[in-house]
Amino acid sequence: MSLSERLHPGINLAGTDPESHEAAEEVLFGFWIFLMSDLVLFAVLFATYAAMSVQGIAEGPRPAEVFDLTAAFLETLLLLFSSFAFGFAMLEMKYRENRRGVLGWLLVTGLLGAGFVGMELHDYYVMVTAHGATPQTSGFLSAYYLLTGTHALHVSSGLVWMAVMAVQVVVFGLSPAVKLRLMRLALFWHMLDVVWIGIFTFVYLYGVVS
Amino acid sequence: MNWELIFGQIKWTSFVFAGMIENPSLSEAIASGAGSIAVLGALGTVVLLTVKGWWVPLWRDWLTSVDHKKVGIMYIVLALVMFARAVIEAALMRAQQLAATDGGGFLSADHFGQLFSTHGTIMIFFVAMPFITGLMNYVMPLQIGARDVSFPLLNAISLMLTMAGAVLIMVSLVVGQFSTGGWSAYPPFTGIEFSPGEGVDYWIWAVSLGSIGSTLTGLNFAVTIYKKRCPGMSLFRMPLFTWTTLCTSILMIFAMAPLTAATIMLALDRYAGFHFFTNGDGGNMMNYANLFWLFGHPEVYILILPAFGVWSEVVATYSSKRIYGYTSLVYATMCIAVLSFAVWLHHFFTMGQSANVNAIFGIATMIIGVPTGVKVYDWLLTMVGGRIRLTTAMLFHINFLLTFILGGMTGVLLANPGIDFQVHNTLFLVAHFHNMIIPGVLFGMFAAVQFWFPKAFGFRLHEGLGRASFWCFAPGFLLAFFPLYWLGMMGATRRTFTWSNPDYLPWFALAMLGAALILAGFAFMVMQIVVSVRRRAELAAPLGDPWDGRALEWSIPSPPPAWNFAVLPQVTARDAFYEAKKDGTAYRSPAAYEDIEVPRNTATAPLIGLFACAWAFGLVWHIWWLVIVSFVLIWAVVIARSFATHTEEIVPAATVKAANEAFLAAVRATPGVTRDQEMTAANRGRAIPESLEASAGALAAGAAVEVTR
Amino acid sequence: MSNRAPANLPASDIEDEGHERRSYVIGLVLALVLTTGAFAVVWFDLFSGAAALAALGLLAVVQAVVHLRYFLHIDLQRSHRDDLLLILFTVLILLIMVSGTIWILYDQHMRMMP
Repeated sequence: MSLSERLHPGINLAGTDPESHEAAEEVLFGFWIFLMSDLVLFAVLFATYAAMSVQGIAEGPRPAEVFDLTAAFLETLLLLFSSFAFGFAMLEMKYRENRRGVLGWLLVTGLLGAGFVGMELHDYYVMVTAHGATPQTSGFLSAYYLLTGTHALHVSSGLVWMAVMAVQVVVFGLSPAVKLRLMRLALFWHMLDVVWIGIFTFVYLYGVVS
Repeated sequence: MNWELIFGQIKWTSFVFAGMIENPSLSEAIASGAGSIAVLGALGTVVLLTVKGWWVPLWRDWLTSVDHKKVGIMYIVLALVMFARAVIEAALMRAQQLAATDGGGFLSADHFGQLFSTHGTIMIFFVAMPFITGLMNYVMPLQIGARDVSFPLLNAISLMLTMAGAVLIMVSLVVGQFSTGGWSAYPPFTGIEFSPGEGVDYWIWAVSLGSIGSTLTGLNFAVTIYKKRCPGMSLFRMPLFTWTTLCTSILMIFAMAPLTAATIMLALDRYAGFHFFTNGDGGNMMNYANLFWLFGHPEVYILILPAFGVWSEVVATYSSKRIYGYTSLVYATMCIAVLSFAVWLHHFFTMGQSANVNAIFGIATMIIGVPTGVKVYDWLLTMVGGRIRLTTAMLFHINFLLTFILGGMTGVLLANPGIDFQVHNTLFLVAHFHNMIIPGVLFGMFAAVQFWFPKAFGFRLHEGLGRASFWCFAPGFLLAFFPLYWLGMMGATRRTFTWSNPDYLPWFALAMLGAALILAGFAFMVMQIVVSVRRRAELAAPLGDPWDGRALEWSIPSPPPAWNFAVLPQVTARDAFYEAKKDGTAYRSPAAYEDIEVPRNTATAPLIGLFACAWAFGLVWHIWWLVIVSFVLIWAVVIARSFATHTEEIVPAATVKAANEAFLAAVRATPGVTRDQEMTAANRGRAIPESLEASAGALAAGAAVEVTR
Repeated sequence: MSNRAPANLPASDIEDEGHERRSYVIGLVLALVLTTGAFAVVWFDLFSGAAALAALGLLAVVQAVVHLRYFLHIDLQRSHRDDLLLILFTVLILLIMVSGTIWILYDQHMRMMP
């Protein structure tokens, strides 16, 4: 692993002055802290879900009755491949400074992400229409919609951010500021994939098993 | 015409004055009076700004500024304004309780409920938080030898979000009612079923805005301390105030998220019929208590740790001694920070979990008292053999040691679940936490103002009036809160607007007397600031070091220039500036100056604050067009800002050089003062270090200052 | 901004695109295997009851580590120390908060059963 990769994974700052290194380090460390704070928010939602999915069923359906594992599996694949695609956008940015390459991979990432959000909305639609499982039905469903909805909202804001970054790549080119922002978006995007591991395991798979 | 589309749920009866017209009573008159004060205060400010022509300077020099020093000052001004309201509310509650035998008194139950809810919410989120945040903002970058925080714009945004929350609470004085659910807003009482009005929504959105602001502040300060320390400033050379700032920042990063989660869930319950905390349909209101205190307990330490930092600086400086047990103080701070995440259940021992759970959290709570005890010993031992000057700040410190220990003892009592069951929800608890927060946090902040005011404004505060305020505040606190311990043990419950036990009366009378003294103390404090501003010529200390200070912030002019340090300092020891003074290496001209980049002012932060306030107001009153428009505008501002390229400007080296050389020349031309003359007009801000006072003659004007080129 | 590494860097530190590309591919393959494995546990009833929960939890933790290592480039030896410490501290806080919450709420729930 290279020096700059170690300091700020994925961003190519080699050959620039130490000041940019320092600035990059500050910005990325700050963003890591933001991600960790966000992760605590998710953790609290997970803990709430863990209790309510067992204790908060009331008259409503149980997890196993409303979850569609095939859809969850496909959503997992969509998000995983979009994470992977973002990795390749980063490689284009880092080694070739190729605007078209970056934009192309961003488009792939964005389409996969949009597919993910679309599938989740479809999930909600099926749950509400076929099972009558609205968030107002029970504590369990409130917690389910809040947890997955917060994640979906994060992914959606990631998509908006991606669109803004695509415009910035066109307007400013791959300037150091744009690179740093893309790098932070990449961290954000990969972290959402990590959170999704928790969701498909502890929400969908646990829900169906128990 | 469907007015609800435009005004949401606001009706003319929502305005506080309508209550007075429809249903005149003393309680309504007081509510209307408070509303009038808010309106007249706002109008008065507008008139004053217009008459004096201060709108442009206010906007150009302050609101759009991203300078950490100005942001810090604005935070503290916000805290003092909000303090004025909340302390008056406290006095009103005391008066009501004094007058309230057998259903007497002059406030309605509902009004009383609003008073204790706004008092608690404001004191925690809009007095204590902005006060510590403002102080950390001002002092920390100066102590680590940095030119600003890591993300200056984000810093300004945090301020404006906090301010938006505070404005929202002030608006609730005039439009509609506030929550009656206390500062912790427990459901199901705060659910839509039992609190159908707008009150709880005011609480939810005001607190959420403040909470987001604090998370961003914590992030910003943690990165600043990790990445922006000057050369040589290793972690274990940092002043203790910076250490406590670091630990508080880390707490802010992690503790605010549970609060945000809890308020979002409560909002979803209220707005969209979710079932997180409802009675039926699988809701679990105990999870609210759990989430709230997951935030609430670290919050206690978020507040007290910076105050501990202040005490460490104050006691060392006014004892003219290096702090005793630096390392132990650092480790104690870290221990407290980590342990504070493991004790939250002691806020709800009585909620019905098994004895084993209570026992574990009770033990953890007792353990957290140990590092705090270590700190108390360190502060005491710092004073031993020191040259103590009983200045206002030092008086507050000694008072802190005496009373904080008593509060800590009652805390250890409460940590025992068996005792907690007896006094839970009584005034004993109210006495306990006020006993920690007032002598600890609030007086800590007051001491900090006395201590750092000359740094921020270039002149000292009037010492006599400062002492007068102390001699009102300290006994006032004892009188106002120690009777509450007795009342609590006699069974007086908290948040109660009336009572019938005649034994309570003398104790409530004493408490009322204390409240009056506290108000007098606050009046003296305001007077002190006014008088000091008037006499600023004779109190001037522009040379930056009026107290024989120890850390780097005292090495630069007062008030500091926008760039703080003309040249980034090199640090080789703890108490860097004090050591330099002792070695005669302070005030040297640097070999060379360089251009300095400083961030330009920007309207981004105030715009975000404005739209966030509008967004929250729209949510409170269900004005959906406003919610959508302001939400879009917030993000439009953020995105537009990300396209701005010329965000920095250059201060040329020549400007920096001229300013710094003029400062150094003034220092050399001024004779130093000894500690005896600290409070005299001779103190222009050049101190003779205590250890060199014997050879004071050598330090007369112009002498003993080497110049290296 | 130039792509070239400065001359004074040791050879092993020269940026290596192939290496990084491989990292993403390895991450993807491992993640696919682990995800499919987790779903297979449920689809084919490989374990039952507590064993299934334990297996799923383990797979999730491993996959999270894989993502951190291969997509987010965090590893124990060579990562930036501040980032790593931050993540480890966060994990500590997360464990306290999540396990504490679940413990408290389950304990209360058990005592409320009729």
